[in-house]
Amino acid sequence: MVRLTHDVIDYHELTESVRTTDSGAVVLFLGTVREMTGERRTLALDYDCYPEMAESQLRELERQAQSRWPVQGVGIIHRLGHLELGDISVAVAVSCAHRQQAFEAGQFLIDQLKLVVPIWKKENWSDGTSEWVHPGADTVSGTQSTAPPVSPSHP
Amino acid sequence: MKLQVRLFAKARDLVGQEYVELELEDSARVRDLKIELNRAFPQLEPLMPGLLFAVGTDYAGDDVRLAGDCQIACFPPVSGG
Repeated sequence: MVRLTHDVIDYHELTESVRTTDSGAVVLFLGTVREMTGERRTLALDYDCYPEMAESQLRELERQAQSRWPVQGVGIIHRLGHLELGDISVAVAVSCAHRQQAFEAGQFLIDQLKLVVPIWKKENWSDGTSEWVHPGADTVSGTQSTAPPVSPSHP
Repeated sequence: MKLQVRLFAKARDLVGQEYVELELEDSARVRDLKIELNRAFPQLEPLMPGLLFAVGTDYAGDDVRLAGDCQIACFPPVSGG
């Protein structure tokens, strides 16, 4: 299950949605709006998204997780729009028979989400400035560590 | 052929519009689109090395061939989560 929403994320409901009687382990990851980035203070974040592609890429990540680990239930919700300090921006829930599988699948999902899903955050800093976060955007081509894999299957 | 490209995040802000239309050869690939985009909107120059392209809902590398009815998107590296 993947979902993009402008509403508060109900992570309890998400967690319950992946629980099964075969699952001995349920892992929930929450990404929340952090105040300090080094010396800089964040007031709020604004999230933008390419919805059709983001949903498609999220579904693909779920498929990849299911093919690599014996995942019994999986759900990802990403929030969009204006978020204040402490707000939950993303929730990933995954259930497996055993904890190691669940931790690994959960880490894979959030790590890949941050690399390939077309969602962007804009920092609103305490000094009144704001800027889009584009990791490695200004580095020379070929030195980026964040470039997503290009789908080889596309015609 | 005429191609419509949808921009996101800083790319959209620098250009000042969400959709741009570009004229390219019928046999154009993503790499040709990149060059034309940079020519038409030089303000994108600082983003160019990291700009990503998508056709439909899939990432598209430099060699991907484009057609007039392609849904093309262009954006800087993602930062969700």
